[in-house]
Amino acid sequence: MVEWTAAERRHVEAVWSKIDIDVCGPLALQRCLIVYPWTQRYFGSFGDLSTDAAIVGNPKVAAHGVVALTGLRTALDHMDEIKSTYAALSVLHSEKLHVDPDNFRLLCECLTIVVAGKMGKKMSPEMQAAWQKYLCAVVSALGRQYH
Amino acid sequence: MSLSSKQKATVKDFFSKMSTRSDDIGAEALSRLVAVYPQTKSYFSHWKDASPGSAPVRKHGITIMGGVYDAVGKIDDLKGGLLSLSELHAFMLRVDPVNFKLLAHCMLVCMSMIFPEEFTPQVHAAVDKFLAQLALALAEKYR
Repeated sequence: MVEWTAAERRHVEAVWSKIDIDVCGPLALQRCLIVYPWTQRYFGSFGDLSTDAAIVGNPKVAAHGVVALTGLRTALDHMDEIKSTYAALSVLHSEKLHVDPDNFRLLCECLTIVVAGKMGKKMSPEMQAAWQKYLCAVVSALGRQYH
Repeated sequence: MSLSSKQKATVKDFFSKMSTRSDDIGAEALSRLVAVYPQTKSYFSHWKDASPGSAPVRKHGITIMGGVYDAVGKIDDLKGGLLSLSELHAFMLRVDPVNFKLLAHCMLVCMSMIFPEEFTPQVHAAVDKFLAQLALALAEKYR
């Protein structure tokens, strides 16, 4: 189980309080698809992803960004049982969606950069450390049921 | 994943815009490296204080950023241009190259923090690729 100090819990909550999921979700997924274009392989059914402008204007990408970020937020209410919280989602990503788990890390990197852009220096080094620890724990849980 | 001429131009343009804050970004990036990845402090055991925001960390972050700016000027031949820096890292400093990636990530976070409007996905992609190429050039002489 991941151990959290009181300060780390506060930092993670503070970051989430600054995140508008409807704004940051789409931005993070768009950035991921643009910066790491091979991630587009999972979104063949989403329509036009042929240019950066198409990705940014694509409503399915935006909607899915909200879904993904909402899923990432779930751990906030279950920080002492992250593994079990994501067990079913892990199975889904492995068995049904066949997503290479390294992609979770790439999306989380893009999310951190989007959030950093919104928060500026209000995201202190200690806050960034707690936030990345949180994302690492979720990424690890999401990859756990792969076999 | 080499840089297109458009991406090279994007990198040069963004680094030029960034130059007034480059010291701050360098200092912040190294602070964040030791905060987020505490194992990196193992390279700084000779400092009295290797905590985020400490004077030696900030000073060294500025030094590193100076090296990155130097590399921007050598963007057309990073391997050749960074030969002696690579020798330094390979034979003297012996920094595990995995850490170049970690520092690059922290730099990207700081760029986004300090230049949120300018650090578009396109700039992000170009700078990410540049830093990856820089890391490869730095690791060239390792073995």
